[in-house]
Amino acid sequence: MHPAFSIILFTTLSGLGYGLAAVLGLGLLDASTLSAKLAHAGALAMIAGGLLSSTLHLGNPQRAWRALSQWRSSWLSREGVMAIATFVPLTVSAWFAVIEGRYLPAAGLIGAVMCSITVYCTAMIYASLRSIQAWNSGLTPLCYLLFAAAGGFLLASVAGYSSSAGGTICAAIAIVFVMAAWVAKYQWWQRLRTLAPLSTPESATGLGNIGHVRLFERPHVNENYLTREMGFKVARKHALKLSELAILVGGLAPIALLLAAIFAGGAVALPAAALAALFYALGLVVERWLFFAEARHAVMNYYGG
Amino acid sequence: MKSEPHVALSEPVSDEVRKTTCYMCACRCGIDVHLKDGKVRYIEGNRDHPVNRGVLCAKGSAGIMQHYAPARLRAPLLRTGPRGLGQFKEISWDEALALATGWLDGVRQADPKKLAFFTGRDQSQSLTGFWAQQFGTPNYAAHGGFCSVNMAAAGIMTIGGAFWEFGAPDWDRTKLFVMFGVAEDHDSNPLKIGISKLKKRGARFVSVNPVRTGYSAVADNWIGIRPGTDGLLILAVVHELLKARKIDVDYIVRYSNATWLVMDAPGSADHGLFVRDDSGRPQVFESVTEHVVPLGTKGARAALSGRVELPDGRFAVPSFQLLAEKYLDPQYAPEAVAPETGVSADVIRGLAAEIARVAFDEAITIDQSWTDMNDERHEAFVGRPVSFHAMRGLSAHSNGFQTARALHMLQVLIGAVDCPGAFRFEPPYPKPIEAHPTPHGKAEHFGSNKPLSGPHLGFPRGPEDLLIDADGKPMRIDKAFSWDAPISAHGLMHMVIANAHAGDPYPIDLMFLYMANMAWNSSMNTAGVIKMLEDKDPETGEYRIPKIIYSDAYSSEMVAYADLVLPDTTYLERHDCISLLDRPISEPDAVQDAIRWPVVEPDRDVRGFQSVLIDLGARLKLPGFVDSRGKALYADYADYIVRHERRPGIGPLAGFRGSNGDRAGRGAINPEQLNRYIENGSFFSAHIPLEAQFFKHANKAYQDFGVRMGFFDEPKPVIFQLYQETMQKFRLSAEGLREPVAPETHRERILATFDPLPVWYRPFEEAAVSREEYPYHAITQRPAAMYHSWGSMNAWLRQIHTRNPLYVPGPICDEIGLVDGDWVWVISHHGRIKVEVARMEAVNSSTIWTWNAIGKREGAWALDKDAPEAKKGFLMNHLIHELLPPKGDGMRWSNSDPITGQAAWYDLRVRIEKAERAEVSEPHFAALAQPGGGGPHVEELRYGQEWAK
Amino acid sequence: MTSLPSLPTPKKLGLVIDLDVCVGCHACVISCKEWNTGGYGAALSDQDPYGADVSGAFLNRIHTFEVVPEGGQVIGEAGEARIVHFPKSCLHCEDAPCVTVCPTGASYKRAEDGIVLVDESKCIGCGLCAWSCAYGAREMDLAAGVMKKCTLCIDRVYNETLREIDRVPSCVRTCPANARHYGDLADPGSDVSRMVAERGGYDLMPEQGTRPTNKYLPPRPRKPLAASAGSAVLAENTEGAKGFFAWLDGMLDRI
Repeated sequence: MHPAFSIILFTTLSGLGYGLAAVLGLGLLDASTLSAKLAHAGALAMIAGGLLSSTLHLGNPQRAWRALSQWRSSWLSREGVMAIATFVPLTVSAWFAVIEGRYLPAAGLIGAVMCSITVYCTAMIYASLRSIQAWNSGLTPLCYLLFAAAGGFLLASVAGYSSSAGGTICAAIAIVFVMAAWVAKYQWWQRLRTLAPLSTPESATGLGNIGHVRLFERPHVNENYLTREMGFKVARKHALKLSELAILVGGLAPIALLLAAIFAGGAVALPAAALAALFYALGLVVERWLFFAEARHAVMNYYGG
Repeated sequence: MKSEPHVALSEPVSDEVRKTTCYMCACRCGIDVHLKDGKVRYIEGNRDHPVNRGVLCAKGSAGIMQHYAPARLRAPLLRTGPRGLGQFKEISWDEALALATGWLDGVRQADPKKLAFFTGRDQSQSLTGFWAQQFGTPNYAAHGGFCSVNMAAAGIMTIGGAFWEFGAPDWDRTKLFVMFGVAEDHDSNPLKIGISKLKKRGARFVSVNPVRTGYSAVADNWIGIRPGTDGLLILAVVHELLKARKIDVDYIVRYSNATWLVMDAPGSADHGLFVRDDSGRPQVFESVTEHVVPLGTKGARAALSGRVELPDGRFAVPSFQLLAEKYLDPQYAPEAVAPETGVSADVIRGLAAEIARVAFDEAITIDQSWTDMNDERHEAFVGRPVSFHAMRGLSAHSNGFQTARALHMLQVLIGAVDCPGAFRFEPPYPKPIEAHPTPHGKAEHFGSNKPLSGPHLGFPRGPEDLLIDADGKPMRIDKAFSWDAPISAHGLMHMVIANAHAGDPYPIDLMFLYMANMAWNSSMNTAGVIKMLEDKDPETGEYRIPKIIYSDAYSSEMVAYADLVLPDTTYLERHDCISLLDRPISEPDAVQDAIRWPVVEPDRDVRGFQSVLIDLGARLKLPGFVDSRGKALYADYADYIVRHERRPGIGPLAGFRGSNGDRAGRGAINPEQLNRYIENGSFFSAHIPLEAQFFKHANKAYQDFGVRMGFFDEPKPVIFQLYQETMQKFRLSAEGLREPVAPETHRERILATFDPLPVWYRPFEEAAVSREEYPYHAITQRPAAMYHSWGSMNAWLRQIHTRNPLYVPGPICDEIGLVDGDWVWVISHHGRIKVEVARMEAVNSSTIWTWNAIGKREGAWALDKDAPEAKKGFLMNHLIHELLPPKGDGMRWSNSDPITGQAAWYDLRVRIEKAERAEVSEPHFAALAQPGGGGPHVEELRYGQEWAK
Repeated sequence: MTSLPSLPTPKKLGLVIDLDVCVGCHACVISCKEWNTGGYGAALSDQDPYGADVSGAFLNRIHTFEVVPEGGQVIGEAGEARIVHFPKSCLHCEDAPCVTVCPTGASYKRAEDGIVLVDESKCIGCGLCAWSCAYGAREMDLAAGVMKKCTLCIDRVYNETLREIDRVPSCVRTCPANARHYGDLADPGSDVSRMVAERGGYDLMPEQGTRPTNKYLPPRPRKPLAASAGSAVLAENTEGAKGFFAWLDGMLDRI
């Protein structure tokens, strides 16, 4: 699948935003601190930015409102509905934090649950597609949720360290989620790299009983919408390298930095946590790029890909 | 649940439907052109049309994009820069016609042969030929010489008709269909319709072709033969059939020259010729009374074998004895030919067995009595349901004439010509050779201001009909009908530029071409031809070919080499007639012709070429184009189509003649004729009575029908010429036994190839170059979605073939380490090209190939300079020379069939070498400018958006 | 509206494509383009039409495959490598994922006849339906920013301004090889259903669980020519040329 920048930005930013918002909703940070207020604002900004970015690739964004109508069947619609609905508790929480400097447990907890559901919906947009076997797995929403949670706690730890309260606990939980996320992602990769293709040129054409089927000529010589959108291919060895890089940058480095923050404390904690968040975000971008780049669409059975 | 959206289900398609004839290829299907708001909305096949019965191919359906292509010329062009750059200024028609008239008249007054008038994919040859004849130049032909003259000449000389579009398999009845060397072709929709019918009926379809694409892809059996060896395969089948006595003896006795006695008197001037009586009648041996009697003697039981002593003491044998002895020879056994053809003996034997089984065990009859030309009554038509079709894969070889002859011989031997289930003639064919003219063009046939005394093209009956002077030198610029190519019935357009450039046999002053892309895909040795067109005589500073007038509708590569360009219309803006005098659209059961008419008006300053030609004819005051007072006879082509008469009552169109429009074939001029055609869907069809539908070559009812329709003025039955006497006459000349005597240089070649019985010899290029040095064949295949070069300016079609790879057999890829996307040098004795490769398995293992005419010159056809057609697309033509490699004595033969002069572009031998990957194929030529400046760059097309609902 | 019809549609209009006769001429591809570029919805645009990157929206495309049997001979006459031309357009699946993933309701499957359509006025051009389709049946029109797909020529098949015989999709009407057939696959007595039953028509990628309406007819089994090589038809009964001429002479008596 073509790793479109707008979609990578959308899933990465919104994942981090929802993660942070959910952690804020748990009340682990002191809502009266400036950093907590900034965190609330930041979470909303990331969510909004992500959602806006997702409309960039639309052919007719002026009709985007229509996307809220089909929640009965469409995960994309559900995600849209949830995203908007989630703004309600998140805005309430943010209002209380920023204006009144206090934590509202009801709004916070409802917001946290709704954030998780929204992230789940985002993941299910991909996981529900049988045509893209790599994504069509329960591991996909698990990874999305764990990465969101890990990102949320990581960012929360930065906020915590910058205000003196809650940093360490968030950092400690973040370590657990970062580890869990990458373990889940590792499983996801294992599955991807070992799975037998659901569909093959033989099943795509029904000619397997005659022999081995190979594309001889494309229907049209140049690329078309389908091959541009779905024909992206990354070499296996590059994918392996990149996934190792993602784990290193987005997993091992943040964990090490968080440990440093926890155990060194003091002046080290905040920069270490901030650096951890930065590395994590970079790792996540690589992971998301690979999420698309490594996924093979069944239609490529017709295009020799 | 909400209700579904409302969809407008019954919108009218268009404001109006106009029915005309397609011209996106040579197939000539009927089309319904839907017009909306004055624009073409949709083109579909005409369901009532006999050619395509409603279907339409990709090209036909893409007519919209052809019509609105930016590559269309806008106005007459006068060259302003050097040739080959595309620098022109647009001029008015008055200016253009005055210039053309001046140039043409100068030539005509001084020496009319200094005009070379050649037309390409011309469907108006009866007009263009007539014009050239009235002009008085001997130098006229269309493009048949590099297209398929072998197929036409061999067919006409053997059975009185050819495959091509002049006959068709009996699709509804045939049980075994064998096709040779066809990827996609003329008659493309009828072929597809027919193949589909066969498949539905469970008939077997065998395709013989080195490449398994197109029709071969759906064949029940694919014989991936080595190029140039089809003749050997056919003769091996003949060998098997003779051996197993699976021949139709009754049929060959009745309908062929098998019984005719052939003189057996080596060293005498009539050795190998038919024994004839004083009135020229062929003689046969009556085996009951043991007398030599004239053919047609009532009750004679003519022998097929035996050596007969003639009254003068000399001996003769029936031609069939020579035939049988020749092909029963073990050299034609399947095992003997397997290594050369690449086809296993089992497959050859299996093919022969299926042909024999279907022809004789599955014979069919149609209960309809009929009478033959000997007044014998038959109770039924007996059919041998084996049919054949063949085109360029056979004919574009230097052994193509004899190979095509072999195939026709095979058909006759099993009794499968024009019977139910077999190949069937389409009127006005069959015609015996006697019904065709001999060629005209000797000096005594014309002179200043004098028309040529007869048609340019025809069939020499012997060396005496050649167009040569007393020294044996060719009279025509293309050397057609000379010792180089004695039976070049379609001329040799592919030699015109080379010969004119060399001034051999003489220089010309003016070359006038129509619709022939000679500066690109229509020439062999394209780079050489380009140089010849650009070359100047250093002494005079003038071009060696001093003036070139060219007519085309699009900015093809050739436009850049013209001095004056006469812009043609598209096929939707013009009158045309697809005439019985030319290449009609008849079917085996019906006589048919068709027209085109302007279904849309031109939006620019262009004129139909034929109308321009008629205008020029009048300005030049050519006989036939002006009356006795010098006044123009015809207003335009439409007027000519209606009012021109070739013989009294016979005009370009056969339908709706007579003052009431109720006469077919013969009849008075009907001023309303074109309107009647238009009302009828732009075609005319007259059914042949059932009694006359088969055995047309010998069917009295058909012959009478032909006379009524005006094909001929008296019955012209055909006797199939298995043994070809004309060939033997040339051999006698080569032996010095017949006048004119063949020149020493040509004797050996004539003796080797002018066999009166079909023979196979190795294609010349393969025989001339080393098999080790050039181990592979390189050929092209015609894609179904492109007609020659006519598709790259079409925004829809060019997406299908934007560039062409070189397809290389898997084993060769493995041997030299090639994967898809690698580049190679393809090297012939003449040149080399650098191209991108792709792997293929379903291909003869010694054959590499590509699609025909996809490569374009940068800047041509109004494509962007970085268009893939120009960057990666390529032509095989650069590897092919007009001449064969020099022999020991330095003499170079033309790369053609020695009998017909057919360009042997399928003879090409090459080797390949891996090259560095690249972005641009080689050779690459300097970009052409868009003539007239071109239009604005088109970023995006949204054709029909104004009609979006 | 993006939910699939709750009951099986009474009609299942669709195509049956005969791979045994498709010669890959692309007639259906272009006929589809010309019909639909002026018909239902936005025009089918072409970008860079005369340039290097020419590419347009097509609702029907022909792919060409090479099929090589394991261990098969590569050249020769039968049973070896072959080319199969493979036309492909929307299969109008019964369980069409492109319909259920659509967030706006633009994609829908008609309850009456099962045709899957896009209501372009609702389409936001998100492209998710194209992602969900394993067959590549949907292509975004880059000029209009809406998703295009085969409509089964709904503006032809019910069009009362057309002659009844012409109320078939443009691709079917134009196909010179008669490789495309249109009809109601819910009716077991229809021509298309019978064809599917007789010829073993099959679904593409059944493992995708989409239950396509369109069916493909496989290439017919082929009997090699070499199998006839030993046929009694060719049994030699000639003692060289001499025997042959004696036989000929006998034949002449029978004429």
